[in-house]
Formats: sequence, structure tokens, C-alpha cells
Amino acid sequence: MTEENQRRVVSVIVVNEASVLSRITDLFSGRGYNITSLTVAPIPESKYSRLTIVTAGSVRVIEQITKQLHKLIPVLRVYEHEDMVEKEMAMIKLPISENLSDINTLCEAYNGKIVNAGENTIIAMVADEPKRIDNFLKAIKRYNPKEIVRSGAVALER
Amino acid sequence: MQISGAQMVIEAFIAEGVDTVFGYPGGAIMNVYDEIYKQDKFEHILNRHEQASVHAAEGYSKASGKVGVAMITSGPGFTNAVTGLADAYMDSIPLVVISGQVPMFLIGTDAFQEIDAVGISRSCTKHNYLVTDVKDLPRILKEAFYIARTGRPGPVHIDIPKDITAQMGEFDYDIELDLETYKPHTKGNPRQIKKAIEAIANAKRPLFYLGGGIINANAAYEVREFVQKTGIPAVETFMARGVLSHDDELLIGMLGMHGSYASNMAMSETDLVIGLGVRFDDRVTGKLSEFAKNADVIHVDIDPASISKLVNADYPIVGDVKNVVADMLEQVGKIDKDKYESWRETIINFNELHPLTFHEDSERLKPQWVVKRVGELLGDDANISTDVGQHQMWAGQFYPFTRPRQFVSSSGLGTMGFGFPAAIGVKAASPEKTSINFTGDGSILMNVQELMTAVEKKIPVINIILNNNFLGMVRQWQTLFYDKRHSETDLSVQPDFVKLAEAFGGIGYRVKTKEEFDAALKDAVEKNVVAFIEVIVHRMENVMPMVPSGGSLFNMMLLEKKGDK
Ligand SMILES: Cc1ncc(C[n+]2csc(CCOP(=O)(O)OP(=O)(O)O)c2C)c(N)n1
Ligand SMILES: [Mg+2]
Repeated sequence: MTEENQRRVVSVIVVNEASVLSRITDLFSGRGYNITSLTVAPIPESKYSRLTIVTAGSVRVIEQITKQLHKLIPVLRVYEHEDMVEKEMAMIKLPISENLSDINTLCEAYNGKIVNAGENTIIAMVADEPKRIDNFLKAIKRYNPKEIVRSGAVALER
Repeated sequence: MQISGAQMVIEAFIAEGVDTVFGYPGGAIMNVYDEIYKQDKFEHILNRHEQASVHAAEGYSKASGKVGVAMITSGPGFTNAVTGLADAYMDSIPLVVISGQVPMFLIGTDAFQEIDAVGISRSCTKHNYLVTDVKDLPRILKEAFYIARTGRPGPVHIDIPKDITAQMGEFDYDIELDLETYKPHTKGNPRQIKKAIEAIANAKRPLFYLGGGIINANAAYEVREFVQKTGIPAVETFMARGVLSHDDELLIGMLGMHGSYASNMAMSETDLVIGLGVRFDDRVTGKLSEFAKNADVIHVDIDPASISKLVNADYPIVGDVKNVVADMLEQVGKIDKDKYESWRETIINFNELHPLTFHEDSERLKPQWVVKRVGELLGDDANISTDVGQHQMWAGQFYPFTRPRQFVSSSGLGTMGFGFPAAIGVKAASPEKTSINFTGDGSILMNVQELMTAVEKKIPVINIILNNNFLGMVRQWQTLFYDKRHSETDLSVQPDFVKLAEAFGGIGYRVKTKEEFDAALKDAVEKNVVAFIEVIVHRMENVMPMVPSGGSLFNMMLLEKKGDK
């Protein structure tokens, strides 16, 4: 059994009720599991919400995480993704510069574009695999971004 | 019919067959206490501290197999109860604990006696609720009892704002619970069960590893039958004492940090661990990488998260132990009892080499003798509770348990102060048995106010204080691992325990000899009153064998042979 830490994406379907999110985050902090990112939103036309948690741990730890999550009363289902499509969104605020078209081209390479232009700044967005978002953020550095916000990953099993 | 939230609580208790509630009133819970005053369907026992209320509910639940119920007020009432919740959570004891909360319109304003109770209890309960609408209350009450007692049992906490208990609403308790997200697995997978039986039949040195889950599942008698029909030796955890009777020839003893030599050696030599309702606690396994090193593992448990958490299970079976063992019994014919004869002999030899025993002393009583003596005098007629420390381990080692639910002790959390209130709960649940609490001179002071509860309600608990003038268990570690630096463990300065008991209206004895002890116990049982029997015991006695923390089970410190000293 491998003891190495691996990145894992876990989706959790929970009853959409008060304090359900703290049940989940308390479980992670209380048992010493880490959360790289967490997203949550209601599932349309249902009483459930879907959380996507990016975490890391050994095989044993990941197995425990899924089991412990499942033990929480309002948790309906836990998917530990093996084969999934995974996407993340990022928004970047940049100073207006003469490189606008370069920036736009760069964003397009990562399924994005400039979404807002103000007096002194523009906002661009991209949506891609988290790994590729990392790359994009490296590439965009040279345009001196003022602010960066990442959404955290969401995933669907293929 | 419209009734108030407070009345709903009472009606739910009645519908659930609750006959005893342990608690302590205060501002935020007063509406419910007003309804308690008006009813006569169940008894309320006023403990003198909220922690004690929850421990009493735990003792009640352990002895009766029913859900224990405690009721407390907001703020300090609730925070006092947290240790009890944590204790019940660690030992999987089904409880419903109801706390008052400040009214809804004051929540979040740092109101008088406001505390985020559900925020605090989240990590030490199986589930919890903050009631925000009186319409939800009947369902929440019903869910709470259901969740507490099903699956892996545990405490459920309901926090009810004061205005909700005053509001009126419809009460219908016949509602069907629709818990789509909570469906405990109770039936074991037949394929896995079949494989497990084959593994047992093929093993040369199989060993039952019996845990507290068997008692929770009311499966002790099925397990007894299974053990007897297979002829496979068994070790018990501290939590499982009483699953097998002490005189069962196949019972080797208790394993773990203070397990017997034979039990720990058997676990180290076995080639197949048959774990039933266990969780491979570190106090049981010692160093994990050396635990049952050459064995495959069958692990039956209701909680999937317990399986392969610490020790990889080769045959994982998620299910209620009672069901699974019943299924296994149907195939027991495949197992040849005679096959394990030489294994049984090996274990007998272990036992002869280092039996679980102690050395008598001519000057002072030995604490182990006291435990054994109570066993001889009361045996099956007593239910046993303990506090935490050396006396607790001696009770686990030396009391001759004969049945499940005879023994109540804070195992997972190790809460000093548990014993006396728990014994009150035990006695309330099972008044026909003598309720004995083995306690220490340290522990008893952590809930000593319960003398008042027991005296008031005429609940004759006999507390046997094994007085070594030490926080003995800590002192033992200091002696062994801290070069005898007995930092803050010397309890030479003590109350007069006899007068203390008398001050509350109980009866006190101080004994130094065997004869005095016998006489005191006999007298206390006959008088049937709340008692302290303070036994002056040897100060420096250590609990042996001992597996030092983090060591391998087979590397035990053993009782010195007589004359070694
Ligand atoms: C609430 C709490 N505080 C501290 C401890 C740590 N502790 C474990 S055993 C023990 C000593 C108990 O002394 P006593 O009740 O006299 O029992 P003895 O070991 O002497 O039999 C202590 C302090 C604990 N288990 N629980
Ligand atoms: Mg002591």
C-alpha cells in the first residue's frame, strides 16, 4: 500500500441544510486531513448540494476520508474520483496595458477571455484543468496581475 | 392537537419508553422542566453537576441497553455536559441529550448564557440539531432516538431555543422517518462471510478478538455459542468484559496494554484474527506494525470506517455483529474443533508461564485482592462500574465477569469522575443488582457531589475507594519512565472519606484488613445505602503486565516473580 501523499478529488452530495458545511470542514480539521480546495453549490431542483473537495493523502488516509464523510448523517453519497473531467475557473485583474491582445490570446488558450474592461484595469477569466490553471497563472505573471481568484476545482465522473 | 415545544419533548420521551431522565435545570430549559413537574410517566433524577447527568445516562444505557437521556440548560449547563458527550461518543453509547438555548432572537448576540452549543458538540456527537422551528421538533426528536440507537450507536444532541419550547405546534410521533442519507448496513455480505468461514477452517492458530461492539449489538450469547462450537480461544478487550463468562475455558483474558501475558502472546502468535466489534485501539494493539504480524484479519463491524482504519482487513465484513455471527453459525459445521488442540495447549502453556496474578503483602492490602474478593462475595449479583486509573485496570483484570452489561467503564476517553454517576445510572436501570463502583482517591473527588444525588434518590451505590494516596496510574508511569520523579501525583493530603460520606447522609467505612473489608462490604450490602468503603491499599503497587506505550504486545513488563525484589 502506498504511503505517499497523492492529490485526490472527492465529491460529496449532502442534504442542503444549516451547518452541513461545518460538519464537513470540522471533520477534515479534527482528523488532520487537508483541504486544498473546496467548492459547494446547490444541485438544481433537489434538496441536495454538491461539494467538490481537493485533498491529499496516502491511500489509507483517502479511504478514511471517504468513509468518515459517509458516516456524517446528512451525507448522501461520496465519490472518490478516478476517471473524471475536472475544471477550475480563475479570474485575474490586470492593469490596462498595450498588451491587451496578447493577454486575450493567452486567455483563449485556456478557454477564457477578457470579461471586463474598466478605466485602469481589466478582468480576464479562464476555465481549465487545475494543472493548466497553474500554468496559465505562471504565464500571466509577466503582465503584473493585481489580483487573482481561483474558484477551486469541480469534477464529474466520466 | 396543538401542544407546546416543551410538551413535545415530554410526549416524545413517553413514546420512546423513557423511564428515567438525568438532568439539571436552568433558565433556557425551564419550560421543559415545567412540563416535567406536571407529568408522572418518568422519573427525573437531579444530579448535582451536568457532567454527572450525562455519565449517569451512559451508565443507565450501558446497563439497560436502552437510549440514555439527559437534559441540561444553556451555556455553562451545556459546557459542563461536554465531557459526558465526548465520553459517550468514544464508547459508542446511545444517548439523547437535550439542552436549552437562548431564544432565537437572541442567538448570535452574546446573550446571557449563550454558547454555540452545536458548534461545540459537533465533533463529539454522532449527530446534533439546533431546532429553529417548532414544526421540526417532533421529527427531530424521533430522528435523534433512532440515530442514537441504530448503526454504530452514539450520543445525539438537540439544542432547543427557549422560545421554541414555548411555541405551539402539531405533535404527531407516528411519522415515518425518511432518512435517505442514513441507512446503516446491518446484514453482512454472504460471500465475505463464506470466505471468512473458509479462512477459519483453514487456519491453524485462529484467535477471537472480541470487542465492545458485541455488547452494543446484544450479540454476546451468539458469540458464546460461536466460540464454544468452534473451540477457538478468545481474547477480550476491556470494553468486552463479560461477553464470555470468566470461567469459559476458551477465554484467555484481556489483551492490550494491561492484558494478560497469554492474551498478548496469543495475539502475537495467531495466524488468523477474528475481530468482532472491535476497533484496534492503540491501547489494545501496541505497536501496529508488530500487531498480529503473521495473521490474516477478519474484521466484522457495523462501522465501515472502523474497518481497515488501522489494521488492514483481509476479510472485511460490514454488518451488525449479531446478524453476522448468526450467519456464521449456520456454517459452523465446516470448522473442525479438534484442529486447534495444539494451539489451545500452547496458550495454556503461556498462561502457566506467566499467569495473571499478584503478590500478597503482609502489611497492607493489595488492591487486586479487593477486586477479587468482591468477585468472590458478590460475583454475578453485582454490576461493576469504575473510575479511571490503576483501580480501573485491576477491575478489568480481576473481576470475574459473568455476563454482558455487567461492566461499565470509561474506556475510550478515560474520564476520571465517570464511575460514581455511571453507577447511579446502572443502579437506576437495574435495581435488583448491587451497584459497585471501584474508584480511586483521585477520581472519586471528580464527581463526589453525586453523594447527594444518590442519597436523595435512595440509589444505594457502593463506592470502593482503593486508596493509594496517589494518582496511581500517573505515578506508575513516573516511576517506570520518569526516573521516579513523582510530579504532582502524591495525594497524601486527603479528605476524611468516612466523614465525607456521612456529611451527605451516606455511610462510610475505612478498612485496612481483609476481615474489616469483608465486614464493611457485608454491612453496606445489607444496609442498602449509599456507601464509601475506603480501603487503604499498598501505595506503590503497579498494574502488570504492561506494554509500554508504543511498544509491541509481546514485549511486556511482567510481574516480578516472588523473591525477585
Ligand atoms: C479527567 C481526567 N484528568 C486526568 C486524567 C489522567 N489520569 C489518568 S489516571 C489518573 C490517576 C487516577 O488516580 P486515582 O483515581 O487515585 O486512581 P489510581 O490510579 O490511583 O487507582 C490520572 C490523573 C484522566 N484520565 N481524566
Ligand atoms: Mg489513587
